[in-house]
Amino acid sequence: MSSPESSPYSDTDAAPHGKARATEWPLWEIFIRGQHGLSHRHVGSLHAADAESAIKNARDVYTRRNEGVSIWAVPASAIAASSPEEKGALYEPANDKVYRHPTFFDIPDEVGAM
Amino acid sequence: MYAQMIKSTGEGVKSLDDMEPDERAFQERINAGGKIEPKDWMPEGYRKNLIRQIGQHAHSEIVGQLPEGNWITRAPTLERKAILLAKVQDEAGHGLYLYCAAETLGVTRDQLTRDLLSGKMKYSSIFNYPTLTWADMGAVGWLVDGAAIMNQVPLQRTSYGPYARAMVRICKEESFHQRQGFDIMMKMAKGTEAQRKMAQDALNRFWYPSLMMFGPSDAESVHSAQSMAWKIKMNSNDELRQKFVDQTAPQAEYLGLTIPDENLKFNEETGHYEFSEPDWDEFFDVLKGNGPCNTERLEDRNRAWNEGRWVREGLLAHAEKKRKTAIAAE
Repeated sequence: MSSPESSPYSDTDAAPHGKARATEWPLWEIFIRGQHGLSHRHVGSLHAADAESAIKNARDVYTRRNEGVSIWAVPASAIAASSPEEKGALYEPANDKVYRHPTFFDIPDEVGAM
Repeated sequence: MYAQMIKSTGEGVKSLDDMEPDERAFQERINAGGKIEPKDWMPEGYRKNLIRQIGQHAHSEIVGQLPEGNWITRAPTLERKAILLAKVQDEAGHGLYLYCAAETLGVTRDQLTRDLLSGKMKYSSIFNYPTLTWADMGAVGWLVDGAAIMNQVPLQRTSYGPYARAMVRICKEESFHQRQGFDIMMKMAKGTEAQRKMAQDALNRFWYPSLMMFGPSDAESVHSAQSMAWKIKMNSNDELRQKFVDQTAPQAEYLGLTIPDENLKFNEETGHYEFSEPDWDEFFDVLKGNGPCNTERLEDRNRAWNEGRWVREGLLAHAEKKRKTAIAAE
């Protein structure tokens, strides 16, 4: 299963009549929302000629055992993803802000649950 | 296994000190149990090796539908038919999860398919054996899926993220496959004398080909050593085969069936079963294309691909037409 950051194809390649894959159906990333109120979650990808058949295929490939009640199909070429090289710049600023976690603060026992 | 005799770089495993900084960071991440994701830097050998392995695994799932598909229309009851149909549909799904994982490495699914159809890429040797009776559906689920699970469970921890995630999904579904096979075997082994004989005959024919699935001993293989260092292979072939025999022998006993190996016996000291090696000449011959069903399997896949062409093109043309109509209407 691919992930959103996985599409190695350029926009033209993944388009229906891109030269490189003239006869291959475009790639779609599939997101499924389960029954218990959690948000849509990426489950994998598949090929389909259009959005309608992408959803039908996703039903067969990813929900054979009642895994979900809602399907999103997104063209893989439409997903923008952060790149691994940016990891430091993007996430390091959060590292020194430990006060964002509730455990940073000591609350006396007699105050009770907070 | 579902991926057999996968060639790695063949250069042997480098020590950390011999690696360039990129490769060293990559290897250290794997050693620490980290995952490699599609956009991360990876050695070309790792990428190629994985494409071969995941591709062969995917092809095995797809070709593996054929021996079982053979019995869908002839299943003994409507319930068995529905169950077998669901199982074969799962195999198609497993193939698709794996093609998706391979695609994240920069190869297209159509390219992999073309390499299967031309015979350039292989699939597991086991699917080149015929399924002659209904009992074979039991033996395939029990033994073939059982052997596959041995390999797939540890692969859930493999270093390549998309591959590991595909394996998690597959393993969840695979246990249904093995149980439905064992259920068929139980029914037949405890049925009439004719049914019991049929079950024994299926075990006789599938035992050694199932042992072959793990591949010949790779204790000395440089390819396996590299794959294990990269954590795309988690156990040696002998280790998994032993585990499979240890698990299966008592199950056969429970069924009242005899494993076709005079040398099979439990060794109290080691806590493991001793058993005979399969005929490795036969294994290599089947891989070369000379198994009972190699030609038929490839012909079937080629026919399906060629006869499906108008559907693939037609749906694409229809989608394009709808897209243009929508643009014109705006």
